[in-house]
Amino acid sequence: MRRPVDTGDPDRLYTVTGGRSRADDDFDLVTLVVSESEPTAGMQSEHARILDLCRHPTAVVEIAAELKLPITVVRILLGDLLAMGRITARHPRAAQSLASLPDSALLKEVLHGLRNL
Amino acid sequence: MGSAISELPSRRTPLADAAETGLKIVIVGGFGVGKTTLVRSVSEIRPLNTEEVMTQAGVGVDETSGVAAKTTTTVAFDFGRISLNERMVLYLFGAPGQERFWFLWDRLFSGTLGAVVLVDTRRMDDSWYAIDRLEHHRTPFVVAVNRFDDDTAGYSLDEIRQALALPERVPLIDCDARLRQSGKDVLITLVDHLYELAMAQEMTP
Repeated sequence: MRRPVDTGDPDRLYTVTGGRSRADDDFDLVTLVVSESEPTAGMQSEHARILDLCRHPTAVVEIAAELKLPITVVRILLGDLLAMGRITARHPRAAQSLASLPDSALLKEVLHGLRNL
Repeated sequence: MGSAISELPSRRTPLADAAETGLKIVIVGGFGVGKTTLVRSVSEIRPLNTEEVMTQAGVGVDETSGVAAKTTTTVAFDFGRISLNERMVLYLFGAPGQERFWFLWDRLFSGTLGAVVLVDTRRMDDSWYAIDRLEHHRTPFVVAVNRFDDDTAGYSLDEIRQALALPERVPLIDCDARLRQSGKDVLITLVDHLYELAMAQEMTP
């Protein structure tokens, strides 16, 4: 059963990002984010929640689902945290070019993983 | 917030700390074809739902007047994940095949390993558009026919291939999206296909 995500009032999204609309495109849906520091008092609550979530590697799309915020908004927030040195990002190897295939060695590893499920 | 009990019971299992490579596979199909069912059958987490906002021009949150602009629409999608090993994690996205979704393809799904087109033989027309768009984006894909219990027409795979005008080189298989083994087989068929393509490409000087 599909349950629409409640993102609340559009104005809230605008507030969360401080009115910014340009996302950091470096963050892929499956970029894994890791916190490099604890949340601190007075920090924007969304930033604090991301730091809390990312004690273990967490994909951008999972952060978006947990925070119930659109991907673009999460990318903006992650850009902030990265600029502050509070997170590190592990980017996917395979996401660089549109039409090129990943190498066969990587695919072989994927196959192996799937067969062992 | 700030309570001593920070681990909520509903909290999903975190990834291994060594996880470093995220991968994507997209499952495309019309409404009710079983995308979420397929994701659920193979995912290690309960499927989650998220969304992306776009303007009519497809350039993200509205440029000048904030997200309250009338042109803003949202595209929602489900996803699940499979930890392949300590380092690699595969994310499966169940994506709606409707037109507005394809505006977001590049922004969300560039770098996708490949796609599965999930077909319901009772609504085969829904699959045409998805196949056309994937070819346009040059995303390799396989087609899986989700056999519903009341699929009494019982078209053979050959008939379905013909109806979809699907070239021989594109793998076409039956599946039951509710079954974990069947879902696994669909993914393995796709990655096998990708592997063959990659090998062929690597052999070409």
